[in-house]
Amino acid sequence: MTLSPAEWEAIRLSLLIGFAAVAWILPPGIAVAWWLARYDFKGKAIVDGLIHLPLVLPPVVVGYLLLIALGRQGVIGSWLYSVFGVSLPFTWQGAAVASGVMAFPLLVRALRLSLEAVDPKLEAAASTLGAGRLRVFATITLPLAIPGLLTGTVLAFARALSEFGATITFASNIPGETRTLPLALYTLIQSAGQEGAAARLCLISIVIALMSLIASEWLARRTRLRLQERDG
Amino acid sequence: MADTPSSRLCLDVDQRLGQFHLQAALDLPGHGVTGIFGTSGSGKTSVLRVIAGLERPSRGRFTLGDKTLLDTQRRRFVPPHRRRIGVVFQEARLFPHYSVRRNLTYGIPHGVKAQAISHFDDTVELLGISALLDRMPGTLSGGEARRVAIGRALLSDPQLLLMDEPLTGLDGARKAELLQYILRLTQQVEIPVIYVSHDPDEITTIADHLVLMRAGRVEASDRLPALLQRFDLTQALSGFDATSILEGCVSACDPDYHLIRVALDQDHHLTLPGVLHEGSRVRLRIRARDIAIALTPLKGTSYRNQLPATIDAITTLPESPHTVELRLRLGAHRLRSRLTKQAFDELALAEGQEIVALIRSVAVNAL
Repeated sequence: MTLSPAEWEAIRLSLLIGFAAVAWILPPGIAVAWWLARYDFKGKAIVDGLIHLPLVLPPVVVGYLLLIALGRQGVIGSWLYSVFGVSLPFTWQGAAVASGVMAFPLLVRALRLSLEAVDPKLEAAASTLGAGRLRVFATITLPLAIPGLLTGTVLAFARALSEFGATITFASNIPGETRTLPLALYTLIQSAGQEGAAARLCLISIVIALMSLIASEWLARRTRLRLQERDG
Repeated sequence: MADTPSSRLCLDVDQRLGQFHLQAALDLPGHGVTGIFGTSGSGKTSVLRVIAGLERPSRGRFTLGDKTLLDTQRRRFVPPHRRRIGVVFQEARLFPHYSVRRNLTYGIPHGVKAQAISHFDDTVELLGISALLDRMPGTLSGGEARRVAIGRALLSDPQLLLMDEPLTGLDGARKAELLQYILRLTQQVEIPVIYVSHDPDEITTIADHLVLMRAGRVEASDRLPALLQRFDLTQALSGFDATSILEGCVSACDPDYHLIRVALDQDHHLTLPGVLHEGSRVRLRIRARDIAIALTPLKGTSYRNQLPATIDAITTLPESPHTVELRLRLGAHRLRSRLTKQAFDELALAEGQEIVALIRSVAVNAL
């Protein structure tokens, strides 16, 4: 089957927004996961709860909150606009922000588990060899948590691809700008006589999802094999 | 070796960890091997962790040479990565995701490239790990992993090397082999070494100085041969079998009989089995029960070693009243000997008396 330009557009946007979402949440995700894995502090439960909110809140609520915060009249949004001239709502960047927020807890959860499994004794050994905190993290902690980082990244990517509620609320459903696969599918279902086109998008979604699952499996196995090879 | 002021170690800390209370004050020489001996829970490892900076005591001071690494009063705490103190941990702690080579080079300080390469080759050679460089830690045996861990710590160019029971979990032969590597290495490196162990054999093989720990406190700290002569520590050091340590020099060797002659000083010589070069320095370990006493030199005996000695001190052991323990003086050297109360009475021994020490068996280590 050949894809129509509109379908290509939706695929391109979905992937673009998915990658952008993962790219922006990776640095804060790693930092937060490390913070939660290695430090005990007052109010840790609250921080933990806040991070997990997008998992349990209706996505529309998240989208709405983002509008309030990042909209042009919003607290942060008005500042962004006046200082940088940047406006996020109704742009693909805005869609990436929304789907990133939704994917964030998945990334943090997977990564945190992996980071907690890294033996602090190895970190202590590295510090006696002259490595400061950052070097210990970059050369010991993070590499040993790669499996969790991979899992978390793939989960987050999949979540960002399939994000609907927060995206449509915050970034709207603009063809060529924010109309990702789920939004395009929704649009087709809304209009009469588009069942065939809807089925095609549905199929494409399944193929992309399967491909990312297979890719993640392959990556995970490759890492495992590399570690095993090292272990003999 | 001169006592270089740059590495003398002074420690005085107070730290509570749950039930455990560490109150240790130490003043250690800036050279040679210091053994820290004690049962498990005596605080040996805690002292090590404080020295390495992995533990931050609530109160205390720690200086290494002219550097203050900890002073709680002045709120000074130098973190581990700035202390230049190498640590060999009990479990090796190699980084599993790096090859042996990358483990070894991990701590090499920057900006010493040319020296680092020759230092690297020497260390790898010394530890016999050149064939392992491209292996991953997971494929190494216990003994190999320990050697790599030792190399890794040495290559970080430390001012002080800490070893925390590095032989734990190895079987007899591997243990002896690794101990020989460590012995060779401690004789070659110019930095002081602190060696924590609960094994008297390891301590008497490699330590020059001994710190005895009990229940979080330092019970005694002195040169090892001197400490081993102390009657008041007999019980605390019971695992040492009242071993005496003597150091001497090989003055002759007889390859036909596999014998060496060791001079303790001008007047005292021992003939021992072994093959060593003339002029080698050796450490002799003699257990008290391997020394018998005669009033006059014996003729027609298999004892190869009869040394004239003076009785320096006499005591009885509280835990076994039928044993008498003697401290013998041979020039500057001291030897402990044990005999039964009955033999003691029959020989009518007294302090200051001249006797002959008959030495049955001696463990020899080349230095």
